[in-house]
Amino acid sequence: MKTIFKSLIAITITSLFFIGCGNNDSKQNGALSSNAAEKVYVAPGEHDEFYAFISGGFSGQLAVYGLPSGRLFKVIPVFSVDAEKAYGFNEETKPMLNTSHGFVPWDDSHHPDISQTAGELDGRWVFINGNNTPRIAKIDLTTFETTEIIEIPNSAGNHSSSFVTENTEYVVAGTRFSVPYPQRDMPINEYKGNFKGALTFISVDPKDGAMDIKFQLMMPGFNYDLSHPGRGKSHGWFFFTTYNTEEANSLLEVNASQNDKDFIAAINWKKIEEYVNKGGGKKAPTNYAHNVYDEHTHTATSTMKKEVLIVNPMDVPGAIYFLPTPKSPHGCDVDPSGEYIIGSGKLAAELTAHSFTKMLAAIEGKKFDGEAYGIPILKYEDILGGVVKQPGLGPLHTEFDGKGNAYTTFFISSEVVKWKLGTWEVIDRKPTYYSVGHLMIPGGNSRKPFGKYVLAMNKITKDRYLPTGPEVTQSAQLYDITGEKMELLLDFPTIGEPHYAAGIPASIIKERSKKIYKLEDNKHKYVAKSEADSKVVRNGNEVHIYMTMIRSHFSPDNIEGVQVGDKVYFHVTNLEQDYDVPHGIAIIGANTSELLIMPGQTETFIWEPKQVGVWPFYCTDFCSALHQEMQGYVRVSPKGSKVPLTFTLDGDPVGAK
Amino acid sequence: MKLKLVVLSAVVALVMSCGNDGKKDGTQQTEENKEAAVVDPMQDKGIGPVTSITLGEIDDALVVEGQKLFEVKCTACHKIGKRFVGPDLTGITGRRTSEWIMNMILNPDEMVQKNEAAKKLLAEYLSPMANQSLTEPEARAILEYFRTLKVE
Repeated sequence: MKTIFKSLIAITITSLFFIGCGNNDSKQNGALSSNAAEKVYVAPGEHDEFYAFISGGFSGQLAVYGLPSGRLFKVIPVFSVDAEKAYGFNEETKPMLNTSHGFVPWDDSHHPDISQTAGELDGRWVFINGNNTPRIAKIDLTTFETTEIIEIPNSAGNHSSSFVTENTEYVVAGTRFSVPYPQRDMPINEYKGNFKGALTFISVDPKDGAMDIKFQLMMPGFNYDLSHPGRGKSHGWFFFTTYNTEEANSLLEVNASQNDKDFIAAINWKKIEEYVNKGGGKKAPTNYAHNVYDEHTHTATSTMKKEVLIVNPMDVPGAIYFLPTPKSPHGCDVDPSGEYIIGSGKLAAELTAHSFTKMLAAIEGKKFDGEAYGIPILKYEDILGGVVKQPGLGPLHTEFDGKGNAYTTFFISSEVVKWKLGTWEVIDRKPTYYSVGHLMIPGGNSRKPFGKYVLAMNKITKDRYLPTGPEVTQSAQLYDITGEKMELLLDFPTIGEPHYAAGIPASIIKERSKKIYKLEDNKHKYVAKSEADSKVVRNGNEVHIYMTMIRSHFSPDNIEGVQVGDKVYFHVTNLEQDYDVPHGIAIIGANTSELLIMPGQTETFIWEPKQVGVWPFYCTDFCSALHQEMQGYVRVSPKGSKVPLTFTLDGDPVGAK
Repeated sequence: MKLKLVVLSAVVALVMSCGNDGKKDGTQQTEENKEAAVVDPMQDKGIGPVTSITLGEIDDALVVEGQKLFEVKCTACHKIGKRFVGPDLTGITGRRTSEWIMNMILNPDEMVQKNEAAKKLLAEYLSPMANQSLTEPEARAILEYFRTLKVE
């Protein structure tokens, strides 16, 4: 009896030791279910290894998460107004959402892509496309703020965007919907032959990232679905999938699925660039907005551009070819070496990999299979690099791990499939929950992927989370891809809808992340750099308040002499110069959002008081132990009142020493 | 029975040894207690990058520079000759060491947590001294300006 007891005790102690003392050696745990939890556990206070920039889809924004934890850090407002951050509400950022159609407060953001140098992620900017009112935005990764938005003329459904070339020479915007060019009043059923698909090449200044439309290639009226740049050996080329080569204008689900093969358009942009640099192309009148946010004035300006350079494909022979690709290809992905161009035919039973080397040989050998609108169609058999047979149903997108493997999502069979480049054999498949769209490996569409995780972004969530009424959360799933087989580690909710994402090692970005804006660099037109500079100025019925804020008071905090019918501008400067000390401000009855002002920054909102009275304003972002004391009053008198304009702090006129 | 007790205590010891964060806190506690002893303010150099300052004749150019900086970065909370959000700084150089003043400017977060004199000030004024991200030469210039603010 005693021996049995002893051994029982021994077992208890041993197991207690393993359970209690944290699982430092995961091998000893084998296939314990806690293994996946460990791999995504980032201890309190620790940082994630990767940033993931996940598109916000119909929210119009870009969300920043950490991987492997799946924690949400920030939603960067891009194409939609955001009352939390006053984006599109304050006077400084309203111009960011200006377009040729006026102020557009929303868009549908799809495909973030991080800038590259020599084919590797450099972490300077992330670009993202607005799908609905065609725009490309640039987010600065020192401030994580949207600093530039350029509208794309002659385009509609800006979907095969916003992918960068390997030195960020260009960010590309391709039209999904072909439209009449130039836009005009014409019968819809005369689409065929009359509509055009614009592929837009936007140059990016290597110094400051300034965007400018270099040229627009006016392609036949197909739907241009997705794209990716050539890299390494295929640098200088860009590849776009097309569907609806039938040029149907109604019931596309049937009428655009007639052709056995559509095309991947291969564009030699270097050749076209050369042509354009020698004066090629035609300048055409147009109208589009170019919006730039200046970090020093803390203010955006919107400029309407009136001209764009149009290139007709016929004028640059040898620059454009069509690669026949089965059944309405969606994803268009290029492997890290630049050799294989993967076309995912949505309705095809197999996955097609074109070979860049063979493509060049076929061009050289004139292995053509006719032409479409004068553009040569290369012979399918002569360019085919390989085929992944029976990989799944409904292939969409492919990313790469840099170790010779590719990972493709299958929407209909709801899975991620790992296969080998070159041998085309399927190695592993794992289900997704449910109906996966894009997937992302950090750097997975560059020369240097960081093949540790793959992130699957799902279209349907159903029963995976607690229900929240008819609308349920959007979601993503993280898989470990370091082994031969993939391992599902984590489900996490995302803002809607996660289309594509871009991931990058945190170490490339985090040291450069800005902590404050320097007050001495603030060039805002209405800045007050110290309390001595704060003041109130009347100009007709406009009242400009130059206000400052610091823990925990405003200057001035008592203002009298404002009248009903005035347009009161609150220009508010945060005087703090310390990390993570923003202040907010809001006043009762303002027909706009609060302001949320970072240290050293100035922002403006307009208040048009409609009622006589004494109205409070206060700090909206909990800033210190005396945050609740951070408040003030504006006295509003009837129109024409004799109450003089005064502005004080602690009973003294502001600026008193 | 005895054996059971031994086993039990062994288990307890094992479990306890897994989390040993408690120990560190203990040592910190004693260090803080030591600091709590009353220190002559004119001997207290505070905590921060500045350990030793030698003062010469008052440098007028440096005073002007310091006053400008003070007006932009500090006057939201400090007025001369008047208690405001923070203390009146008139005669500050007669009450605090040069090192303490500069460390309070350059390293206020740690000062108000660990330095007894700074902790007392926070308890009295409630608003924490803000870190205005000044450089050491800038803080030195402000110190020079403070040297001119004599009690009359």
